[in-house]
Amino acid sequence: MPYLGSEDAVRELRRALSNPNVQSDQLRYRNTVLKAIRAMSQGVDVSDLFSEMVKACATVDIVQKKLVYVFLCSYATLNPELSLLVINTLRKDCQDPNPMVRSLALRNMTNLRLPSLVEYVEQPLAAGLRDRAACVRRVAVLGWAKLHNLQPDAEIDAAVVNELYGLLRDPDPVVMVNCLRALEEILKKEGGVAINKPITHHLLNRLKESDVWGQCEVLRILQRYHPQSEDELFDILSLLDASLVSPHPPVMAATLGLFLGLCSGLPAVSLAALERVRGPLLAACGSTSRETRFTALCHIQLLLRSLPGLMGAHYKRFFCGYAEPAYIKQRKMQVLVELVNDENVAMLLDELKGYCTDVNPETAQAAISAIGRIGRSYSDRCLEILTGLLGLKQEHITSAVVQTMCDLVWVCPQCSDTVCSALEGCEEMLQDSQGRQALLWLLAAYGERVSSAPYTLEGFIDRVRSEASLGVKMELLTTTMRLFLCRPSETQDMLGRLLHYCIEEEMDMCVRDQALLYYRLLHCGIEETHKVLHGQRSDPSLGVLIGRPAEPINQWAYSFNTLEPLRQAGFHQVGWGASVHSHFQISPEMFNRVQVRALAGPLKDIHRVVPKPLLCYLGCVLRFVQSALEHVFIQDVSVHCCIHLSLNPD
Amino acid sequence: MISQVFILSSQGDHLIYKDFRGEAGSDVVSVFYEKVTALTGDQPPVVMSHGDLHFVHVRQGGLYWVATTTSPGSSPFTIIEFLNRFSALVKDYCGSLSEKSVQMNFALIYELLDEVVDYGYIQTTSSDVLKNFIQTEAVSSKPFSLFDLSNVGFFGAETQQSKVAPSSAASRPIQSSREQGGRSEIFLDVIERMSVVIGSKGVVLKADVEGEVRVKCFMPSCSEMRIGLNEEFSIGKSQLRGYGAAVRVDECRFHQNVHLDEFHSNRVLRLCPSQGEQTVMQYQLSDDLPSAPPFRLFPTIERDSGGRYSPRVHAAINVCATIPVPKGSVSLSQELSSPDQSAELKLQNRAIDWKIPRFIGGTQLSALFKLEVSGLSPSSLMEVGPVVLVFELPQLTVSGLQIRFLRLSPVQPAPSQRWIRYVTHSDSYILRL
Repeated sequence: MPYLGSEDAVRELRRALSNPNVQSDQLRYRNTVLKAIRAMSQGVDVSDLFSEMVKACATVDIVQKKLVYVFLCSYATLNPELSLLVINTLRKDCQDPNPMVRSLALRNMTNLRLPSLVEYVEQPLAAGLRDRAACVRRVAVLGWAKLHNLQPDAEIDAAVVNELYGLLRDPDPVVMVNCLRALEEILKKEGGVAINKPITHHLLNRLKESDVWGQCEVLRILQRYHPQSEDELFDILSLLDASLVSPHPPVMAATLGLFLGLCSGLPAVSLAALERVRGPLLAACGSTSRETRFTALCHIQLLLRSLPGLMGAHYKRFFCGYAEPAYIKQRKMQVLVELVNDENVAMLLDELKGYCTDVNPETAQAAISAIGRIGRSYSDRCLEILTGLLGLKQEHITSAVVQTMCDLVWVCPQCSDTVCSALEGCEEMLQDSQGRQALLWLLAAYGERVSSAPYTLEGFIDRVRSEASLGVKMELLTTTMRLFLCRPSETQDMLGRLLHYCIEEEMDMCVRDQALLYYRLLHCGIEETHKVLHGQRSDPSLGVLIGRPAEPINQWAYSFNTLEPLRQAGFHQVGWGASVHSHFQISPEMFNRVQVRALAGPLKDIHRVVPKPLLCYLGCVLRFVQSALEHVFIQDVSVHCCIHLSLNPD
Repeated sequence: MISQVFILSSQGDHLIYKDFRGEAGSDVVSVFYEKVTALTGDQPPVVMSHGDLHFVHVRQGGLYWVATTTSPGSSPFTIIEFLNRFSALVKDYCGSLSEKSVQMNFALIYELLDEVVDYGYIQTTSSDVLKNFIQTEAVSSKPFSLFDLSNVGFFGAETQQSKVAPSSAASRPIQSSREQGGRSEIFLDVIERMSVVIGSKGVVLKADVEGEVRVKCFMPSCSEMRIGLNEEFSIGKSQLRGYGAAVRVDECRFHQNVHLDEFHSNRVLRLCPSQGEQTVMQYQLSDDLPSAPPFRLFPTIERDSGGRYSPRVHAAINVCATIPVPKGSVSLSQELSSPDQSAELKLQNRAIDWKIPRFIGGTQLSALFKLEVSGLSPSSLMEVGPVVLVFELPQLTVSGLQIRFLRLSPVQPAPSQRWIRYVTHSDSYILRL
């Protein structure tokens, strides 16, 4: 963060750096350099000091040298000419008897990132590969990779590549691993370093010499290897078995990644490997580092897709700790939902119920929706909790409960009686648009069973002028229409008022078009209206939570141990693959409110309401649009489609 | 591979910034800070993306430790473990981890980063290797503390207190031992974290213990060290040893440098500790605790809440009980049993914080809290609880693990001091009402 007076500070520093008295006093000189670097890391632009720093580079004080190099590497690209002056000092340092000085010089020579200096760097780098000290060889090997990336189009020097392959046999494990890394970068166009049988076996044999980081790198690169026979494969697997249960999560994850890659044709072996890592993964879930915990949780979610029973007995390990951040709590709840079974359901619901009154509204809402998910299999217990929560009369809880009930009813129509009786009196507590939308949808679907439905709607219609949310207005239109179909005498008047308002006064095109559409639809007669509006109220085929088929490991193995699993938000979709196809054949009549709501809502909603078969619904909508109605409608839906596609790139 | 590493203070000040591969400019630091401060609670903040660049960050010592990478296939385990290890190294070298210590030692940290990572590839994080390369001396900030004075007895007499290592003794830079000469010390800490859920009827629903044996070594030259655990120590359910009170853990993992050849017969761990801090052994124990949980709660809620605690330990310090209260609570009146306790109503968290600085073992404390709640409904009582206890139990391990001996061989020429400390923390101690 540049602060005022930084120019003065730079001028002051320059004066001090060029002061011969300072230069002769080693300690003062070093401290002045230190000040310059401090200013640099605080974000002050100190590039003007470059020439003074070049002079400061020629010193016997290693600490000062290191500091100056930090500076030079940051600003070299701005001063290519002056950097040429540094090269001489650096080349001289490469001859220094002290290996530390040699490696330092070599490293910084290659870190200057100036293509114009390449010709001066090549010779010391070549010498560095044959240096006696391992630390110099380490730097030199990576130096070649840096050099290559400076001029990616230049010819690859076959002699260097050969020498690097030779250095795979270097006694120092870090040099060996660096060779792999460098070759991987230099030979990127050819698909990376060649992994053949002798190299693989050599690397595997020396795996134990490397530290955690080296092992991870080797294991990652070995993923490209294809064993020639099954015997060889099993030899490799048994060699790696100890790493699979390593106390270091990175090694464990890298080994499992390699296992999954090697055994892609042997699902039984892969499943056995997943069983093996259960212990280490659970341990990582209890790690002191929150971030490690989170990473482990996200990967456990992946594993559960193929082995739903993997963690069943350990469900208590996923109870939320009091001080854990919300993002960990939410992942834990997602895992807990997957682990539910007849034995632990009472315990689990009891625990989740405790989270519903959490101070953090997001945690509370996540807990409520987790209970809703469990409700698909154990609806009675869950509905009891959910209706109990309505008694708390808190806005965010009521909203979450109504949304959850809306989702639950869609999957379990048998819950509708309880839900209908619970809905009375909710509308005063609902403040956010999503909760109100859910309430309206429920009233539309089960309006004939909720005695107070027309009064609730009337309240909404009276306040429509001050309504800010587009979604609520759209939902209100449809709900009034549908309620009109089943209770015409009570709703006729308010439907008229609503349509009048929406067509005459509403400024938003979507709402206006929708109202026009309904208006014209009513002109077509009550039969037509019925056909369009009375869609399905539920879809039990979306299935219950337990007893879902396990996914093959290959579906997710590619994303194991990458950043991908950490990024997905919301409940991940498990086992919907099979149902996707059936939904593709849905007739246009299937079109109803949930899908439109899902398409219009934010991504979170989409996942929540209709987990996977979205794209096919989209197809339905489009087909429906093509076959049936007016262009106003097409305009409307296509707007929603755009929103949906941009949010859900896969 | 890692593209950049930077450290930010919680206010977003740039403390350290190092670019390894030149793939992105330094302006991404501000981008990161904007993203991380704009987060709402429900987004997982560990990984964030900005264009092609992915930020992975951890929080340690109140600072953001961030690594960026351009390849989405990078292992999150590796990057997070690296950032944690790097912050541990900084802590070892600087003595403590804070904005101030990082600011004062930035030259040292740049030097460390330079040796630890080259071109985005992690080279080494072993303090044994690094000590040969790191030249900068640490600048440590020593706040004036009365605690140091209290260690000096009257007229230099040996007091009871001076035999106990002060809690701050282990937070100093590892390299300072070089010139301070005589102070070659070794700390062996057994740290256990409990996460317990106790049901409303006093039934233990869940009890997990995560334990660690940590060595912090300030020896300039390290010799072999032998750590003897309880002889009755057993791993897993089936295997029980000896006749006495067995110490059982479910799972046990050791640092890769630990030699286990004497472990099976005598329960002795052998290792050559490197300078700085390292975790020698990790273990966990679920559900089957050897002793009853240390705290019990006997609550009575009658449109006002109150409770009694009955501990079964010899002493606990810094106990804090958090009792959630109904929304709409306005004020609190309290009756506490001793003056050093305090309780206050935190409206923001909707909870009462009851602080008990010292809790003598075997005693029972009671408190009566009367709340004034506006708009109290019968279901408001659902919002009371669960009670969360935060505490520290010094000189105690819940699992019963003890260190029998700690021997250095060959015997050090200089007098070395060995400290063994036990502590049990509450990770999450929840008592349902």
